[in-house]
Amino acid sequence: MPDTQQDGYMTADGRRIGPVVMEMRNITLRFGGVVAIKDISFDIREGEIRAIIGPNGAGKSSMLNVISGFYKPQEGEVIYKGARRPPMKPYQVARDGIARTFQNIALFEGMTVLDNVMTGRLNHMRSGLLGQAFWWAGAQKEEVANREVAEKVIDFLEIQNIRKTPVSRLPYGLKKRVELARALAAEPKILLLDEPMAGMNVEEKEDMCRFILDVNDEFGTTIALIEHDMGVVMDLSDRVVVMDYGKKIGDGTPDEVRANQEVIDAYLGVAHD
Amino acid sequence: MLYREAGDFKTSYAKDNQTFPIRFDRWGYFALLAVAFLVVPFVINDYWASAVLLPFLIYSIAALGLNILTGYCGQVSLGTGGFMAVGAYSCYKLMTAFPEVSIVIHVLLAGGITAGVGLLFGLPSLRIKGFYLAVATLAAQFFLVWLFNKVGWFYNYSASGQISSAPRSVLGFEVTGPTASAAAKYLICLSFVVVMAWLARNLTRGSYGRKWMAIRDMDIAAEIIGVNPLAAKLSAFAVSSFFVGVSGALFFSVYLGAVEVGEVFGIQKSFLVLFMIIIGGLGSILGSFAGAAFIVLLPVFLKNVLVGSFGWATDLAAHLEIMTLGGLIMMFLILEPHGLAQYWRTTKEKLRLWPFPH
Repeated sequence: MPDTQQDGYMTADGRRIGPVVMEMRNITLRFGGVVAIKDISFDIREGEIRAIIGPNGAGKSSMLNVISGFYKPQEGEVIYKGARRPPMKPYQVARDGIARTFQNIALFEGMTVLDNVMTGRLNHMRSGLLGQAFWWAGAQKEEVANREVAEKVIDFLEIQNIRKTPVSRLPYGLKKRVELARALAAEPKILLLDEPMAGMNVEEKEDMCRFILDVNDEFGTTIALIEHDMGVVMDLSDRVVVMDYGKKIGDGTPDEVRANQEVIDAYLGVAHD
Repeated sequence: MLYREAGDFKTSYAKDNQTFPIRFDRWGYFALLAVAFLVVPFVINDYWASAVLLPFLIYSIAALGLNILTGYCGQVSLGTGGFMAVGAYSCYKLMTAFPEVSIVIHVLLAGGITAGVGLLFGLPSLRIKGFYLAVATLAAQFFLVWLFNKVGWFYNYSASGQISSAPRSVLGFEVTGPTASAAAKYLICLSFVVVMAWLARNLTRGSYGRKWMAIRDMDIAAEIIGVNPLAAKLSAFAVSSFFVGVSGALFFSVYLGAVEVGEVFGIQKSFLVLFMIIIGGLGSILGSFAGAAFIVLLPVFLKNVLVGSFGWATDLAAHLEIMTLGGLIMMFLILEPHGLAQYWRTTKEKLRLWPFPH
């Protein structure tokens, strides 16, 4: 049971899982009378792959939206980097080191792949309006330095050949990959993936799994993901949170979750007699 | 066969990011500049300057400005005429208040003042989008024109309500006023255009351009990667208004010389500039020029053909000109919604492969 160790542990495959980097404490989110999330607490440890699963409408995406600042929970708090996070706008959350992808691709269709990935670097670019207008040395240097990081991500995700292609011309699977590239280019502390494998065929899923594992392995990025493909979730993740009707019904390693009777009931249904 | 990328290897990211990555384009651009600066001023006459070149150059700046706001940042504006008026009236007030200061500085300051006004009218863009924002900017258009008509201070209480530009010189050449030569007027406008286009290009290829385009393509996703929507939209409004203000200042001081606000900077001017960027190509620097050229040149061309060659009556030609222009605009929108710039892009693709089809 990993949670008993405070400062992290080693996984069976030799990755180091660090201390808790983000903690959700008693989050409750309501839309009028509808309770989307009800008193949910869980934590995310540094370097781990944390899955959030649950049937449709369980409140998984709402949870991600709470983390990335789109929704403000009525109760509860988010502890991030050891301190209570004040209410933040999404762009402030992004600047604080949290990047995400969307369930429905949210790329900038009118821009090339390279420009899309470069937008991921915006938080790292500081040169002002005048510096850019006159293309001063500082702005140029910054552009090139950030381009190097972007190119590294492009190499890593093997999308070099489509760098200059407008995103609107790409097939679905590649778009998903470009969106991952854009999020990665921000060099986030925590990467949130909302159904990264939705709508993909088996090969594309396998590719995506490999990329997620590689990202976690090579960059040490903490990943929280929502996914419906149970095979993928059980293989990839270190720990799993299970939600149902806005409540948390399970939390633990894939094996623990799989054995949890409540989870089985939620997924398979239970006879009411 | 000349138009090839092959053999033109980019060895640094800076080189890969340059404005004209293909050598042929680069030389073509320099050749065009050389002709524009060294040949045209010697052959130019008053007709060409006032009918074709000056309006083309000045409208190009306005189109660049509106394209930054609408084409790059996705915020539709119908206030261009009003903002041009702000540029013109600021320039007039500065010219009369500080006659000893260079007109170049006045024009730039007028742009700065317009940027401030644009910023103010850009504030609603945070809350409203699309057509609703267009209506809000329409309010700016009507309010500004009303203001310059109503408040005498802006036109120094002149009896006619007009503003007129006094003679001013740059480097010893008179560029404004009734006695300024066509070549001098042309050169001052050309210089502004070259610098402004360079600024626009730099801004749109850097991180500001990406912020704007991100807001245009999907504002939610832009926010999630760390773009502050208010800052991005307002910077687009400010930069765009600066360009429009400069063009308004030049339009008044260099081109027309005397201006009555309702007549020159009315709503039809806003639509004219909007047509330019739609026809030229939204989100394209080249498109701004192409659109300005199309809108300015086509009426002149039609008039010359109909009246000059066919000998038709002037009023008949004028009406036909409007109808033809409208028809052509519709034709372009149906055949190529991405504007003239897209034709140029397609041509370049084809040229690169020529003589092979693929």
